[in-house]
Amino acid sequence: MAASKRLEEGARELSPLASLAARSAAAYEPMPNGHEQVDLGLPPGELLDIHRRMLLLRRLEERIGQLYAMGEIGGFCHLYIGQEAVAVGMERATRSDDPVITAYRCHAHMVVRGVAPELVIGELLGKADGVSGGKGGSMHMFDPARNFYGGHGIVGAQVPLGTGIAFALKYRKTDRVCVTYFGDGAISQGQVAEAFNMAALWKLPIVYVVENNQYGMGTAVDRASAVSDLHKRGESFGIPGQEVDGMDPVVVERAGLTALEHARSGRGPMLLEMKTYRYRGHSMSDPALYRTREEVQKVREERDPISRVADLLVNAGVVDADQLKAVDREIRAMVMEAVTAAQAMPDADPAELMTDIYSAGS
Amino acid sequence: MREISVREAIRDAMAEEMRRDESVFLMGEEVAEYEGAYKVSQGLLQEFGPERVVDTPITEAGFAGVGVGAAMMGLRPIVEFMTWNFAMQAVDQIVNSAAKTRYMSGGRVSLPVVFRGPNGAASQVAAQHSQDYGAWYAHVPGLKVVAPFDAADAKGLLTAAIRDPDPVVFLEHELLYGDTGQVPDGEHVAELGRARIVRPGRDVTLVSWSRGVSAILAAAETLADQDIEAEVIDLRTLRPLDRVTVLGSVQRTHRIVCVEEGWPSCGIGAEVIATVSAEAFDALDAPPRRVSGAEVPMPYAAHLEALALPDVETVVRVAREACYVDV
Repeated sequence: MAASKRLEEGARELSPLASLAARSAAAYEPMPNGHEQVDLGLPPGELLDIHRRMLLLRRLEERIGQLYAMGEIGGFCHLYIGQEAVAVGMERATRSDDPVITAYRCHAHMVVRGVAPELVIGELLGKADGVSGGKGGSMHMFDPARNFYGGHGIVGAQVPLGTGIAFALKYRKTDRVCVTYFGDGAISQGQVAEAFNMAALWKLPIVYVVENNQYGMGTAVDRASAVSDLHKRGESFGIPGQEVDGMDPVVVERAGLTALEHARSGRGPMLLEMKTYRYRGHSMSDPALYRTREEVQKVREERDPISRVADLLVNAGVVDADQLKAVDREIRAMVMEAVTAAQAMPDADPAELMTDIYSAGS
Repeated sequence: MREISVREAIRDAMAEEMRRDESVFLMGEEVAEYEGAYKVSQGLLQEFGPERVVDTPITEAGFAGVGVGAAMMGLRPIVEFMTWNFAMQAVDQIVNSAAKTRYMSGGRVSLPVVFRGPNGAASQVAAQHSQDYGAWYAHVPGLKVVAPFDAADAKGLLTAAIRDPDPVVFLEHELLYGDTGQVPDGEHVAELGRARIVRPGRDVTLVSWSRGVSAILAAAETLADQDIEAEVIDLRTLRPLDRVTVLGSVQRTHRIVCVEEGWPSCGIGAEVIATVSAEAFDALDAPPRRVSGAEVPMPYAAHLEALALPDVETVVRVAREACYVDV
């Protein structure tokens, strides 16, 4: 329960991402002469904001990976490295009152919702002030105050849950939309098809986002799905699907806006297939022997979402390489601060072992 | 007071809570236009409309998850399973999602959802449609498990379950739906987690719940004719188990027989007897006993089915043995 107090205190401040965005806008200066005209797709300040947000997720997950390797984090730990464009692009398309739910690769989705990185790290370290008080760990984190509903460990089970959230939004006659994430592995779960059917039948306000990172654990999509175009998996329910370059945050945002508008206007669910890639193994214990180093390297070199935006910003003369390095240093320092703050949190209290099983007083 | 059936009592509890609280709704297979496969939801669609009485496709895992998700947003879903046998498809959502999310979230997410429907053996519907799931769900921290016997408890306990902030598994019994009983007029809320002494006695404690209570009540009648005064306890709630009432009774009677329709291995009877053995060992004058369903998938043929379920004669015999009358 200590964590909830801490969260509420945090909510009164600007989230780190919101303050980053404010600084991004301030950092923007008019394009110097001599640079080619580049279509950024967005105002330069917004692109800087996207770059910073993605970089924060990258540096945070890298640091979490190090802490895991050092034995400070236990259990299963699934990193988001490589997929940052999806979480950042979709978050920009999503209203802050739109509920979001995902599976166990959830750290990034929490942080883009505005949860302080130290609360996520604290949870991974089993601390009392971790976002779930040390009871949930990497795969089970929730913050309803920021409309984030987990953090679920059973592949695909969050899809009916997200559909139920959308049911509640419609029941309450709101104009909010639930964004429900899952992986390419989850799409073959029976529960997912069941949820698709009900969402389409009842025209629920929901956007399904399949983060197709090409591998369900160690199994490539074309070895697991009879139809490897996953955006077509809603067709038999009449759910429109769209393939999206999930390595381009601007493209993700545009697709997200369209899909959210579709769902918000009462036309029912949409399915977005984000073609993305994870650079690390499925979890920290996975050496990823089912693919070649060259395959990973090629994606890193040619499609990396952060490099892509950075190159765009430099080529357009919005910033130079030194300025980007300064941003990186700032973000690394911010992550280190979050780690230090999390490490200083008290361990989860043994007296809390048997609390939160039922509601207090019941 | 008025005399109504268990079926009507359950319907009345749902209707009254839906009138009282806009966030309560009913979903499940055939609950709306068909008015329930067992006619439990009669009149609800007409009164509350299709937005609050929702027919689902035959998709237990999916709609159980939808119910849990809706509860995450503060609605109070009543999720009906046509029978609990079919909820096996949905056990992941009941156990992994509903039961564990409050804990996993450090208390940040509440799930006020009720899962309900008929449980246990019906009449000659054989193995896949005749199973008692009480022990399965009572095993799980985070769930409350309720199994009423009479009409008054059906109404009072379901009302309490709907108002409860935690997930409740509500186990009805098809063979009790038509039984009638006196139910208080107006609002009637029973307390979850409290057993009830249905008939006081000094010689032996008989414990059961749901339809098993009719067997132990009948056995108590027979035993009374034989000068054995049995104390009859209806557990009413299987989790949390009212250990205090059971232990208090054993302190008075020094003997206990626990009767259940389900299989004995790791069953509710095993839990009751373990509790008594550990916490009232010195009060016991005889080994605690169980009468349970046979450890077989439920057979179809009526005479085989009867052999697989606990009956009054066996309860009487075992109670007499516990009293050392026939030794």
